[in-house]
Amino acid sequence: MSLITGLEAAAQEVGTDAAVVEGRSQWQLTWRRLRHDKVAIAALLVILVMIVLATCAPAFVAITHHPPNIAYPNTGETAAGNPVPPGTAGFWLGTDGTGRDLFIRILYGARISLFVGFVTTAIGTLAGVAVGLIAGYFGGIVDTVLARFTDAVLAFPYVVLALALAVVLGPSLTVIVGVISFFSWAAIARIVRGQTLSIKEKEYIEAARSLGAGPFRIMFLDILPNLLAPVLVLATLYIPTAVVFEATLSYLGLGIQPPTASWGDILSDAQNFYQVAWWYVVFPAAALLITTLAFNLLGDGIRDAMDPRTERVFAARRGRGQRRRQRADQPPVISSGSGVPGADLLATPEGSD
Amino acid sequence: MSALPVEGPADDDVLVRVDHLVKHFPVRSSGLIRRTVAQVQAVEDVSLSIPRGKTLGLVGETGSGKSTLARCVAGLIPVTSGRVTFNGRDITNLSRRAMRPVRREIQMIFQDPYSSLNPRRRVGSIIGDPFAIHKTATGAERKRQVQELMERVGLNPEHYNRFPAEFSGGQRQRIGVARALALRPQLIICDEPVSALDVSIQAQVLNLLTDLQQDYGLTYLFIAHDLEVVRHVSDTVAVMYLGRIGESGPKGPLYESPRHPYTAALLSAAPAADPDAAAGRQRIILRGDVPSPIDPPSGCRFHPRCPKAQPLCAEAEPQLEAKAGDPATHLTACHFPVETGENLATATAATPAAGGSELI
Repeated sequence: MSLITGLEAAAQEVGTDAAVVEGRSQWQLTWRRLRHDKVAIAALLVILVMIVLATCAPAFVAITHHPPNIAYPNTGETAAGNPVPPGTAGFWLGTDGTGRDLFIRILYGARISLFVGFVTTAIGTLAGVAVGLIAGYFGGIVDTVLARFTDAVLAFPYVVLALALAVVLGPSLTVIVGVISFFSWAAIARIVRGQTLSIKEKEYIEAARSLGAGPFRIMFLDILPNLLAPVLVLATLYIPTAVVFEATLSYLGLGIQPPTASWGDILSDAQNFYQVAWWYVVFPAAALLITTLAFNLLGDGIRDAMDPRTERVFAARRGRGQRRRQRADQPPVISSGSGVPGADLLATPEGSD
Repeated sequence: MSALPVEGPADDDVLVRVDHLVKHFPVRSSGLIRRTVAQVQAVEDVSLSIPRGKTLGLVGETGSGKSTLARCVAGLIPVTSGRVTFNGRDITNLSRRAMRPVRREIQMIFQDPYSSLNPRRRVGSIIGDPFAIHKTATGAERKRQVQELMERVGLNPEHYNRFPAEFSGGQRQRIGVARALALRPQLIICDEPVSALDVSIQAQVLNLLTDLQQDYGLTYLFIAHDLEVVRHVSDTVAVMYLGRIGESGPKGPLYESPRHPYTAALLSAAPAADPDAAAGRQRIILRGDVPSPIDPPSGCRFHPRCPKAQPLCAEAEPQLEAKAGDPATHLTACHFPVETGENLATATAATPAAGGSELI
């Protein structure tokens, strides 16, 4: 959100005064609509909880006295050497294959996943916005080169390249962040370019040019604020993709290396134990699922809230009960003139959800 | 075409002079190799000048090239050939850097009050843009100046932090006026500033523009397709048709006794506020549509639609010059200019020129 607040601040750089009548900004309106979207708010809460848990992972270590990479062969493993189930000997979610605290490891995995998700999305979004703006605004040969490069990146079999890079450069967090970032800017660049092409024909861009504004001032102060809505939605939807991508690479052993905890690693190890320790598979998988789902739902919610037309949907939803009652009082309206059977049924407004 | 529409004032009284301005837009074929297949001749050999502190009204229908001409003068699009002189200085096709100081002197007011204001920026920021770009005022000083401007154009300075969407069309156009006025320019190019507004609002904005002209000694290049609006604000008027000036002159003589048949037709088509006056006149109905500027007619560009057209009109390009007894400032590009009192509506019936006469 710092990107947004920064730009908002830039847009109103002239400064604000409490005494001055305040106009409602796009973000205030969006938030007003988002607040009524229960699913999006729930998703936002889940994400916030996940972030708090990840940040406070060391605090949980202090409580449980189970550092993430320490194995407890005596208390954390059964006599047969299998993981102990949840709740045993202070292991809230049980232990993993080597007797480490699964809960703590999932928390530390969340740190990696969220870090990779946010950082790669931030890099990809910044790069995508920059490339898209420059290609769209300058046009001509600049556009041709950048747009074709974007197409090339989009056409690349990215899993193959990611695997190859991880093998060649050796798996590490830096390589993962680099690879995922590299593949996340192109789609954003393409959308930003398209929007820029349409916005730069607007009269207010010509007005800015007639005032003597330079290309970068126009790109960042006049065009970018109009693009933030689609970019924010895209970025929110990119985070879960990056999270899953990181998990996939780690699962394949090409991402985060043991003993550092990562959801992909945990799941990879867990497949040896799924018959004896359901918790070993279920909890990290659930963490991955819940996180990605929450980001996706939040992204959808933001997209709906950004669209001014959805105001009517919410208004209709609120007024629906009332209207139903009204409808019951009135005699059914038979649509005249249309000989199609059931046409009046089809014509019933909002017959179903 | 050496004659300039307005020749009266001495050179140092002329703020803007346009000499033989030509603007062509290439039409490119689609596909990978984009060859230029044709040229849209948007502006063709236009010369005009605007005296300091005066208003030149530029009239013409959609596609006549008036907005293109305005953008050439403002330096927003490169000129194909010809020259634009501002304050005695050649400003044709200057680089962005060289143009920068000139931009402070030439400002524009745009047609569409909705798309000419960035919907995502607050009004204070929009009007403060000129100060920010030219670094003439910052912080509290900028804000004070912006609020002063808002007050000057009739907006509530307390609405400083509102968004354009919270204003009506007329108020939005006032925001555009304030932005254009911010740097105290010498020339303001008004590109159909009121054509998107309600008639009652039009008058308010026009009166504001007139007041500002008196207060700040502004020079206007005023573009419109509404003849009454142009009559209200202009000192001199130029009528454009298909990229060329057909007639130009002081508004009095031009409106009283139009020489070019096109001007006469336009004037006869304008709705009159006085129904008695409207009843006494006959409307000249032109045949057909405006031809394509990609392939304009030979000779006089108006000849296929002209009620007075003769074979000569298709062959020779008429020069813009003073006609029968007109003062040197009233110029017409026509081989057979309309006589004072001549009824063109009957001329139409009497001379059924080749083609399209059944449309009358």
